[in-house]
Amino acid sequence: MDMKAGFIVQDWGLVDYKEAFERQKQGVSDVMNGGRDLLILCEHPPVLTLGRMSTQESLLYSRQEIQKRGLDIIEVDRGGDVTLHAPGQLIIYPLFNLNNHGKDLKLFMENLEEVAVDLLKNFGILAISIPGKRGVFAGSQKIVSIGVGVRKWVTYHGLGINANTDLSLFNLIKPCGLDVRMTSIKEVLKKPVDMDALKIEAVGQFKKHFSYD
Amino acid sequence: MTNIILPDLGEGISKAVIACWHVKPGECLKEGQEVCEAVTDKASFVIEAPADGKLQSIVINEGQEALVRGILGIME
Repeated sequence: MDMKAGFIVQDWGLVDYKEAFERQKQGVSDVMNGGRDLLILCEHPPVLTLGRMSTQESLLYSRQEIQKRGLDIIEVDRGGDVTLHAPGQLIIYPLFNLNNHGKDLKLFMENLEEVAVDLLKNFGILAISIPGKRGVFAGSQKIVSIGVGVRKWVTYHGLGINANTDLSLFNLIKPCGLDVRMTSIKEVLKKPVDMDALKIEAVGQFKKHFSYD
Repeated sequence: MTNIILPDLGEGISKAVIACWHVKPGECLKEGQEVCEAVTDKASFVIEAPADGKLQSIVINEGQEALVRGILGIME
């Protein structure tokens, strides 16, 4: 995938999911209108998002019970099932214009997985992608979730990398509709990871896998 | 008559599920208007009206699978 024009990196810090979604929409519009691709890094306060393939069974508790625990539940226009976002999870939103890069959705998704696999490798974690199951796994446990939206061939939504995430929150859901346990970099390495170091590595991996200069 | 088609989404993707329709038969559509979303492989792809016109019928309903380059809806 040749993206020599490069992308602009924006770090939004800890930002409310709905606010970030509105800002993503503006970014998508800018990219659609000829602006440079954007790579957004952020974290969200605890929230559950339901992708287009979510079902009643995706939530393991009633909506009321989940909301009582202070988590919003938001339906979103991305692929995939339910997922959880919380502080300590690095969110990466690549707003890339695939009109300029081959219009190949499968290649884009595979590149996202490769970014995550190589990023984790550089933190000492052997992670893999599993054919037929989007996301990235450390052993049998899922460590990175992937779900994207595409509008006029501009991508949005993206990756959630569990770095220092409170994993107990995942007990509220069937992550991605799968009977899978979630893990985190902190859990695997048995020590917290520096989020700034993770962000620097993530940008480097995007440059590598999306052929940026 | 104009057909709303599921576009080619890339090598190796032959089908997608229509997750939702944003318009109903009988509605007037503008070219480029978002009409439905197709989901494949953890990606949701927004499909647009190919021309101005009225949506005559939906061929692939929500939850049903569509083939790439297949007809999703018919406009008049």
